[in-house]
Amino acid sequence: MGVKMKRIVIALLLVLTAVVGLAGCKKSNTPTIYVYNWGEYIDPEVIKMFEKETGIKVKYDDFVQNEDMYPVIQTGSAKYDVVCPSDYMIQKMIKEDLLQEINYDNVPNISNIDPTYLKSAEEFDPGNKYSVPYCWGTVGILYNKSMIKADIDSWGALFDKDFMKANGYDGKVLMIDSVRDALGIALVYLGYSLNSTNPAELEEAKNLLKDQFPMVDAYVVDQVRDKMIGGENPIGVIYSGEAIYTQRENPDLEYVVPKEGSNIWIDGWVIPKNAPNKEYAEKWIDFMCRPDIALKNFEYITYSTPNSAAREMIEDVDIKNSTIAFPDSSILERCKTFHYLGEEVETLYLNKWNEVKSN
Amino acid sequence: MKSRKWLSFPYIIWMAIFIIIPLLMVIYYGITTKSGTFTFDNLALIADPINRTALWLSIKLSVVSTLICLVLAYPLALILNNMKLKNNSFIVLIFILPMWMNFLLRTIAWQNILENTGVLNTILKFLHLPTLELINTPSAIVFGMVYNFLPFMILPIYNVLIKISDDTINAARDLGANYFQTFLKIILPLSFPGIISGITMVFVPSLTTFVISTILGGSKVVLIGNVIEQQFKMINNWHTGSGLSLVLMVFILISMAILAKYDKEAEGKSVW
Amino acid sequence: MVKKLGQKLYIALILLFLYAPIFILIVLSFNNSKSRSKWGGFTFKWYVELFKNDSIMNALYTTLIIAFLSALIATIIGTAASVGMNSMRKVPRTILMGISNIPMLNADIVTGISLMVLFLAFNYTLGFSSVLMSHITFNIPYVILSVMPKLKQLNKSTYEAALDLGASPSYAFYKVVLPEIFPGVLSGFLLSFTMSLDDFVITHFTRGNSIDTLSTKIYAEVRKGIKPEMYALSTLLFTSVLILLIIVNRRNDRMKHHEKNRSVK
Repeated sequence: MGVKMKRIVIALLLVLTAVVGLAGCKKSNTPTIYVYNWGEYIDPEVIKMFEKETGIKVKYDDFVQNEDMYPVIQTGSAKYDVVCPSDYMIQKMIKEDLLQEINYDNVPNISNIDPTYLKSAEEFDPGNKYSVPYCWGTVGILYNKSMIKADIDSWGALFDKDFMKANGYDGKVLMIDSVRDALGIALVYLGYSLNSTNPAELEEAKNLLKDQFPMVDAYVVDQVRDKMIGGENPIGVIYSGEAIYTQRENPDLEYVVPKEGSNIWIDGWVIPKNAPNKEYAEKWIDFMCRPDIALKNFEYITYSTPNSAAREMIEDVDIKNSTIAFPDSSILERCKTFHYLGEEVETLYLNKWNEVKSN
Repeated sequence: MKSRKWLSFPYIIWMAIFIIIPLLMVIYYGITTKSGTFTFDNLALIADPINRTALWLSIKLSVVSTLICLVLAYPLALILNNMKLKNNSFIVLIFILPMWMNFLLRTIAWQNILENTGVLNTILKFLHLPTLELINTPSAIVFGMVYNFLPFMILPIYNVLIKISDDTINAARDLGANYFQTFLKIILPLSFPGIISGITMVFVPSLTTFVISTILGGSKVVLIGNVIEQQFKMINNWHTGSGLSLVLMVFILISMAILAKYDKEAEGKSVW
Repeated sequence: MVKKLGQKLYIALILLFLYAPIFILIVLSFNNSKSRSKWGGFTFKWYVELFKNDSIMNALYTTLIIAFLSALIATIIGTAASVGMNSMRKVPRTILMGISNIPMLNADIVTGISLMVLFLAFNYTLGFSSVLMSHITFNIPYVILSVMPKLKQLNKSTYEAALDLGASPSYAFYKVVLPEIFPGVLSGFLLSFTMSLDDFVITHFTRGNSIDTLSTKIYAEVRKGIKPEMYALSTLLFTSVLILLIIVNRRNDRMKHHEKNRSVK
């Protein structure tokens, strides 16, 4: 056995471990904030502006739905300074003691947020202790007027085979691929609360969705955008923020919040308990509440902003007064927020939903 | 040659840490409950209607895809072999080259082709042929599987075929065998190792994919891979997820064992 | 004649099948609309935007660095292992080869999950290093697979002759053995690099949330609609590999030509 060669191999192995080790704890001294947000939910320009103004580097990750984000924060497999979940998820995280209170002395721009939304936010975050609203919107039906001749005003359009047949389609519905939203729609259509915890009502909702399965072309969340723009499908469920973008691309598309009522949701910034740097997180939240920043974000992602100062600054009159972005009180009155229903009911929801999809 | 066994020690340590221990951990989680007591419940979950349907559908689709790949690849390998190209690395390149475009993107491109208003239907309409509803159905997933894994069937078969010497074939012909006899008695049996490794390389990834079904199935087609992925990434229940993975591994092992019975060349076979 | 034509047609159809999606992606990279399903006219703008998009550039950087490091480390460990195993007796060698086959034959999803479980159970933070180690793990078998056959072909007597002529074992190894097995080592490296570059599943499970490779980034974008910059990037990557391969192939041809001419003389 060549001693020289042995030495070379050992040296190589040392280099290897050094490389792996260095790569592992490659921590630089530049201050960094870790942000966890929905995909495509911010103007990239805004991130650059934040970095330039504060000198804090932004590490930005995104998630697809609340349920993807939750285990990451809960297990701490990655640590974030600031996260943007929805209402019921914020409620759940408060209950499970995963969040820390925001010090509003560091968030003076909170004054730009319309008090109406702060009040709605109290439904899931009493006293607004843990969250600052970022975007909000409704869930509704998006349909293509050139493909469906009737005026749609009810969730029934998604479930009624005869209605779709009459328009020449036997199954082109885009249903939303999200537990709470899908079951919520079914519950509301059946006349129940979208926060129902009654197993019999949930069973009924599940059966309705199961009957709908053959009519569904795909269960999607964000892909609904591309498919509706391309005229691939005549009807689908969509968040109001996406509706504005799709209408811009394809003027035949129409958005309605059905008469039975719907979900109104608020996504807010929160600071997890295990956040490495709370000070940066508050800086970030304050920055997001600045009118010019909120406006920039609104124009990029087209989701409604709770920032009244930013809304005043919108130049496009059509958008400023758009009933999609800023629905009037008659629409808002029939919309409810989701509540966190406890672990047991949550599992029940998930099981029902899995049953629907594994037809 | 003097003993150089020690050179493989880093490898042995590495594989022990990153292959053996993790597998043992999956087995451990698969047969325990959250409180750490022994149970078969996680394995039994495969009998749950949702999981059973998913597993059954995965098996069905992967068998179909593997067969289609074989049917498409074998004649192709034969033709390429008959062309007697001097430069056969070029052939390999042509079929490997698509892999340099990210496979997720290539699969997404199939959405554009298969959609109701997609490229394929536009062509069919132009030719006044009936259009096909493929996207978000099991057929679309089979398309995706065949597309992604076809090269893994072509290359091993081609590699075996080019090694069959002309002398063997000429000898058979001289002894009076016609083309089909030569094929059945000489070429096919000799190319068996290639077919076997091709089947393994197509069947296993098809059986366990969750990506292709996510992209081309519109969440309407739930495969066993999707169920397992959900257990780990969303529900965060390692025990159930590990239990289902174990069942899946058993299926893979069974299919390997069946294939290995037919495979005579055990060691040193080339994958490419 | 008809048979020849039929054969050519068959090859063409299979190639069409394999390359149609790639063609679509290239077309989409010039589409002046953010939406995948609408043609908005011809544009080069995504190729410009691409270089301004930090998150895509970061993902590209991470992907390349991981592919390079994991291929390099796997090549070193794998080549050493092959040489070591080659001097073992049959039984231990077969067992070790069997172990190296596990990650290749096992499902990606199971390998990914088991590695994730390993890292998390030992409280190792998922991130760059966990992905790198996972990639090394699934790359080593490819290296062994490429190097082993070359070692078997090796003529032992040349090595012994070198020793007889006074070379030290390590010198003899570098001068005699290594040049012989080098093509295998190189193809092992390239294979590993490609595998690492194209991997999604194992990265998906072992990356935690803090780093993105191109694959994981694309997967996250699937539901939201792929950013056109991504099409532009993959078109660039694809064409550069294509050009590289053509150049290498040409040079190889020319070299062969050259050798032939020389031998004729």
